Amino acid sequence: MFKKFFIPRMIQYFTVLFIGITLVFVIPRLLPSDPVSTQLHRMTSQGQYLDPAAVEEMRETLQELYGLKGGMLQQYFSYWKRLFTGDLGPSFTQFPTPVIALIRMSLPWTLGLLLASLSLSWMIGTVLGGIKVSFPNSPFSKATELLAMGIRPIPYYIMALVLLILFAFLFPVFPMAGGYSVGSKVGFNARFIKDLLRHSFLPILSMVVLEIGGWFLQMRNVASNLVEEDYVVYAEASGLPKSKIVFSYIMRNAIVPQITGFGLNLGFVFGGALITEMVFSYPGMGTLLYSAIIAGDYNLIMGINIFSIVGVSTAMLIIDLLYPLLDPRVRYQ
Amino acid sequence: MFAAIADMYRYDKRFAFGFTVLLIFVLIAVVSLFSPYNTRAWNTVPRNLEPSSKHLLGTNSIGQDIFWVALTATKNSLVLGLVAASISRVIAIVVGLLSGYKGGLFDRVVMIVNDSFIIIPLFPILILIATILRSSLSIPVLGLIIGLFGWAWDARLFRSQILSLKEREFTKTAILSGLKTYKVIATEHFPYIVPLVMSATINNVIWVIGMEVTLSMLGLSNLNTPTIGTMIYWALQYQAIFLEMWNWILTPIIICVVLILALYMLSTSISEYLDPRTRLQMTKAR
Repeated sequence: MFKKFFIPRMIQYFTVLFIGITLVFVIPRLLPSDPVSTQLHRMTSQGQYLDPAAVEEMRETLQELYGLKGGMLQQYFSYWKRLFTGDLGPSFTQFPTPVIALIRMSLPWTLGLLLASLSLSWMIGTVLGGIKVSFPNSPFSKATELLAMGIRPIPYYIMALVLLILFAFLFPVFPMAGGYSVGSKVGFNARFIKDLLRHSFLPILSMVVLEIGGWFLQMRNVASNLVEEDYVVYAEASGLPKSKIVFSYIMRNAIVPQITGFGLNLGFVFGGALITEMVFSYPGMGTLLYSAIIAGDYNLIMGINIFSIVGVSTAMLIIDLLYPLLDPRVRYQ
Repeated sequence: MFAAIADMYRYDKRFAFGFTVLLIFVLIAVVSLFSPYNTRAWNTVPRNLEPSSKHLLGTNSIGQDIFWVALTATKNSLVLGLVAASISRVIAIVVGLLSGYKGGLFDRVVMIVNDSFIIIPLFPILILIATILRSSLSIPVLGLIIGLFGWAWDARLFRSQILSLKEREFTKTAILSGLKTYKVIATEHFPYIVPLVMSATINNVIWVIGMEVTLSMLGLSNLNTPTIGTMIYWALQYQAIFLEMWNWILTPIIICVVLILALYMLSTSISEYLDPRTRLQMTKAR
């Protein structure tokens, strides 16, 4: 059990970390443009006059900061050493705030958005998929299938933009940007929570609408195999009410396999959350990334990259390891 | 091949819709080559004109004819999709087939690496690359980069198809009757792979087009090249929403949604065609 279940998952986990983090190290060094020169160019082109000696000194400091000193291998090792101590370097535009502090500040927003949209879309998609399998020819399930399938391929960015135009501009029911109203007092009270919900409604809606389709499809595929199982046929023959068969015989058994298919999608959904945040200026990691792009804060972009690789792969490992707890059939094997 | 297309066109409404719309978009791409204006340049026409017979969709705030820019943008986005999808196809097919046919330890190692590329969030990585390259991101370069990252999911798909084909009766019969391995692959397995590759490719094109739109909206591509993404970028930069210039902002959005829906319907239709049971239902029942 331990050998067959645990070890392959750990190998996969560490391979993901190794490949991902090495990619983040290698990419900037493979590409032709040099981040240090770009940074210096940005400073000088802002109209300041800089003494050549000062520029040279700045170049040295920047190289040290980016860990660009020494040979490639030496850089690589010191890069890993810094990561293990949780040091992602300082942010450039908000010097000397460390990158990790900025990420920590915006992380709860992204996590909230992800959890809310995932649980909602999971519930809705699963129920709709179950209904589709149980009543394949009803007009309701045909309509939901058409909708779920038609919306699914639309990119996150386009969906967010369309919702923003519709419900924040044309019919201004919801605010255009931000996580809470400017000047509102942060605290655990009804007024603030209402404000919070109003601001997060559109970002969550945008993600939920796009993700329902995936859950729906997966549920439909898993459950349509279950319908032909003996115990379902028996339940039907013994005259159990249809609703009982649907909810406690078909859906109950289809829910768990559905979750496994999800792990591999997590990276994609996470990217979607970043994009959605950028459109709605929701104060999470996406908006942080956006501000880093605008300001050319290269260290912050690297930091967010490393953090998202570690975060997504760890989340996936946890889902994988929890799986036997959810499904008794796997547990007792 | 053509018989199959004709069949699907007749019996599957989704295929008919997707195929027709895609043909129209290809036509648009060809027509865009005859644009009377230089679509990369600004101020070639008077600014902010309403739609008229002279400018079918009006003009935008940077002095471009929206109709012709939109046509060129469609062409460029399609070309980008094709470039990126072809590059990732080569990698996905090689990895998937090698892994599937070789099996054993090789397969296991390759799949661990492959799954790593699925799990790693690609969007921040593409941003990292695009921030460094920024304005030198022409269509071929952008296509190359997106293509180099978009193969892992499909490699897994192709591998699983090979694994199931390897176990089928007819493969064993072919091998027992003395057919060479490459002949089994070329004549027996290939026909199964082609539709799968096609539907996966179309899905990949959808992903690439979406990725381009997202990167351009962040200003991370060559913003002088008209694409669906850069059109939206400039419209947002010039506050097209607040100025209610719907002809400017909605044109690329609608093109993007229609194009993606058409491609998606094509791909689902093709992948259902793969399943002989639904194929029979499709062609016989009606």
